[in-house]
Amino acid sequence: MNINDKIRTFIESNLLAFDDDLTINDDDNIFESGFVDSSVAMQLVLFVEEEFSIHVTDEDLDLVNFSSINRIVRFIQQKEQQWNSSHEGR
Amino acid sequence: MKEDDHQKMIVEEARIFAAEVVRPRAGDFDREEILPRDVIGEMAKRKFLLAGLPVPYGGLGLNPVYYGLFTEEIGKACCSTRGLITIQSSIVGQTLLRWGTEEQKNNWLPPISRGEVLGAFALTEPAVGSDAGGVQTHYRRDGRNFVLNGRKKWISFGEIAGFFIVIASCGSEITAFIVERNRPGVSTNPIKGLLANRAAHLAEIELKDVKIPEDNVVGKPGSGFTFIVATALDHGRYSIAWAGIAIAQEALDCMALYARKRQQFGRRIGEHQLIQRMICNAVTTTHAARALCIKAGEMRMRGNIHAIVETTVAKYFTSKIAMDITSDALQVHGGNGCSNSYPVERLFREAKVLEIIEGTSEIQQQIIAKYGLKAYGRIRKE
Repeated sequence: MNINDKIRTFIESNLLAFDDDLTINDDDNIFESGFVDSSVAMQLVLFVEEEFSIHVTDEDLDLVNFSSINRIVRFIQQKEQQWNSSHEGR
Repeated sequence: MKEDDHQKMIVEEARIFAAEVVRPRAGDFDREEILPRDVIGEMAKRKFLLAGLPVPYGGLGLNPVYYGLFTEEIGKACCSTRGLITIQSSIVGQTLLRWGTEEQKNNWLPPISRGEVLGAFALTEPAVGSDAGGVQTHYRRDGRNFVLNGRKKWISFGEIAGFFIVIASCGSEITAFIVERNRPGVSTNPIKGLLANRAAHLAEIELKDVKIPEDNVVGKPGSGFTFIVATALDHGRYSIAWAGIAIAQEALDCMALYARKRQQFGRRIGEHQLIQRMICNAVTTTHAARALCIKAGEMRMRGNIHAIVETTVAKYFTSKIAMDITSDALQVHGGNGCSNSYPVERLFREAKVLEIIEGTSEIQQQIIAKYGLKAYGRIRKE
């Protein structure tokens, strides 16, 4: 399963919607579209930390980072890049 | 010594401390509406105030399960004393540990651990309870500072805290700020005459043009509700779940002891089947509730994404059964149960509050129901 699909599966398991056939596009704002409520934000933090072995810090606390599948993917990739560059040459 | 044995030893130390220092005076704390400084000092000496935090910040490094068992031991003896740990370790401590800057952690956590300063979490207001996203305390930017105005209410340990984590709004943006008590414009008023938590030094906090530097923002501006409040309430709920176990277990102990000793109609009342029914229900539900709390603790330890909802389930259930069991414990005590010569009347009052704080039972029911609607009965997409 690729990174987008992992995130999509997680979001789909937390949908507020009663429609099982709902489709979420990679750029849909999941909060503004009403797919999930803001209480899912902390679960998203735990999810990306557990699933992708990254650490979300106070500097990352911007809801935009978690607002769509593509945004979350970009956030994870940035964190991985940061980690790689800080460990280069060690 | 193995880590597990070390953690067990701390829980045992808490049990002895509760039995020797706290339980004999719990009735006095309740009547006098004060948690005395000497008790806070004794807890600080043992590093109990930040029991769930890592050792480098002045904590005891208890993992979530042992922290829960530790909370139970203190909570069985006195709800307000347990409340101090809930606020310092679970709510203020864990929130700063998770989202504070290194400077904020170093500035505040070790002094809390040493008992030199206490923190408080200032979310609720005279007109804002469950609708926490609607806080009316507001802020405006003033260069590199923020200016806060508003009132907070029902703030545990607000009367004696040296700083507060204040949740305030600016339009739709909600932010968390560290506000020191000694800043100009900060004042507090104690709240007396409470049903329970009487020794938890509840207060109202008034903020009048309080200037706060940007370094005092916890997290980022705008992250106050979604991340900071969510973190604080999640940890608070976990602590309150164990507080429910503590009250339920203490009430069960009182009920069983009384039913073994008290005689009516020439028999010990524990021999009567209707009394046995109450004891049966108390034993069964206490065991079930403890199992839920341990499950939530193990999930938290592993960073499981479902730990948040499992904690909510545990908090809802334990606060409910604490109310049921303390009501039955009081019933078993009859007239004696209505007197403050026996602890069950205090336990009964304290149990009620658990159904309200850190999210009312009705809010928990909504969260759990939404989870149920999401999690169960879904048709798998192939």
